[in-house]
Amino acid sequence: MAAYIARRIVLITLVLVAVSILVFAITTLLPANVAYLILGPFAPPEQVRALELKLGLNDPVWQQYLRWAGAFLSGDLGESTLMNRPIAPLLMEALGRSLVLTCVSFVLIAVIGIGLGVIAALRHGRPPDHTVSIATYLGIAVPEFFWAIVVIVIFAAWLGWLPASGYEPLSAGFAVWAKHLIAPTLTLVFGHLAHVSRLTRSSMIEVLQSPYVTAARAKGLPERVVVLHHALRNALLPSITVLALDFGRLMGGIVVVETIFAYPGLGRLVVFSIQNRDIPTLQAAILVVAAIYAFANLVADLLYAFLNPKIRFGRHAA
Amino acid sequence: MPPEGSVFAPRKPLSPQLKAGLAITGAIILLGLLAPWIAPHPWDTISMRTRFLPPNATYWLGTDEYGRDVLSRLLMGTRLSLAMGVGATAFSLAIGVPIGLAAGYFRGWIDEALMRAADVLMALPPIMLGLLVLAVTPPALWKTALAVGFVYVPQIARLARSVTLSLANEDFIQAAKARAESTSYILFREILPNAWPPLIVEASLRVTYAILLGSALSFLGLGAQPPSSDWGLMISEARSFLDRAPWIAFAPGLAMCLLVIGINLLGDGARERLDPRLKARVKA
Repeated sequence: MAAYIARRIVLITLVLVAVSILVFAITTLLPANVAYLILGPFAPPEQVRALELKLGLNDPVWQQYLRWAGAFLSGDLGESTLMNRPIAPLLMEALGRSLVLTCVSFVLIAVIGIGLGVIAALRHGRPPDHTVSIATYLGIAVPEFFWAIVVIVIFAAWLGWLPASGYEPLSAGFAVWAKHLIAPTLTLVFGHLAHVSRLTRSSMIEVLQSPYVTAARAKGLPERVVVLHHALRNALLPSITVLALDFGRLMGGIVVVETIFAYPGLGRLVVFSIQNRDIPTLQAAILVVAAIYAFANLVADLLYAFLNPKIRFGRHAA
Repeated sequence: MPPEGSVFAPRKPLSPQLKAGLAITGAIILLGLLAPWIAPHPWDTISMRTRFLPPNATYWLGTDEYGRDVLSRLLMGTRLSLAMGVGATAFSLAIGVPIGLAAGYFRGWIDEALMRAADVLMALPPIMLGLLVLAVTPPALWKTALAVGFVYVPQIARLARSVTLSLANEDFIQAAKARAESTSYILFREILPNAWPPLIVEASLRVTYAILLGSALSFLGLGAQPPSSDWGLMISEARSFLDRAPWIAFAPGLAMCLLVIGINLLGDGARERLDPRLKARVKA
């Protein structure tokens, strides 16, 4: 197992290096002159040339890449061309806010998704099951930005309970902070419930019909104990894996949700830096997202191997 | 070797799921095809006197901030969404299937190289990869469709590879090799026809991913441009008027919802039909 984990981490590192080359290659194609971006559109040409020389913009692309990657590894992410601030603290702030959003959503998705799945399985083929099925079908079919709009119309425009967008730091007070978090969280949760609840439902239905559950019932154990202690523990195996994958999916989901709700996290930073041709910020932000995404996928694989004794990864596994 | 039951195999009655999927998807495709003739009003004529009209007898779904008929725009947008879904998926198949066939058939370093490249593309959430690719050129809907197709190439390639791996040792392939058939004959005439059923089902589900991702990119401004009536763009433009004219956003949102549900029902229904074991497992 340890060898497998080590191998996977090496592979992930290689993939991330490749991603960094890809990101760098694509962003050098961007129609933007960094020198002009820094100095402003009316800078005198000789000043622009001097800065280009200083930044090494005329060097071969691979030299630029190595310089950038070297600085990146030593923690120097460069400076945002748009905000004239070092990127590292900018990125850290955005990452922190995004992690708050994704972690809260993730916990809710896990709890509600598994709960709905269990309820649907226990009432298999009856109205509660159909209701959950239809609701989760909607969850998959509706684009996140449409959920966001439904949430805004209902809770902000009609009921006036929540602010339509924006973000307040925790220092502004817990209630204010939490209020700004509810709408984006609701949107993310709606959009990602389906996978977990559908999977929990089908594996729970399967487990509930297995002989050992019948045996537990025959022993006269209360139904609550049978369901929670005997059946659910085994039924959760696939759910846990898909949850880890969902954490990665949330990293994609935040792009749209943060943009709509003007929530200043990582997703909005990516969109913002693309719109404003802020290349150094874009490169750094995308790499951070890729790293989180890759590790979420690794955790999914490892959890699956760890929880399912039938699967053992090794040198000969496909 | 005939594939394990075609989608439209005779005798088996269509499941209600498949029927519903066919009905919804068929109706939407029909509406999209007939859009220019059945749209009650011009979709792009600006009229300041009819701004923000709620749904009424003349404008069934109301009008938008430029006084344009929402229903007519919706109908015209149907074509864009369908084209996005089908176009992007066709692109993924065109690139991904040959890659998967090659990786699964030749194995060895070719397989390793292609699949590691796929890993790199899959190391980013699809929407980020799409944003990154689109960032380098001025936005246009056809570029968005290509980008969306590109984003899903690795998934298609992986599926095509695994199907090819399982077919490569079948007797009929060995027989073709023994007949000294050319490699391209074996790949495209022997393996591909037998790999189609799972690929087609996967592709039909991919269509909905493509529609959703494409509309999200349009929504973010990296797809269709005004005055296009792309659904994602319509929702994006309607965002500023949610408090006084929510119908402008709800119409395309619900339409997209219906289309995605229709295609999902179709894909799921087709999958159950092709793979009876799956059905038995889920129903168990």
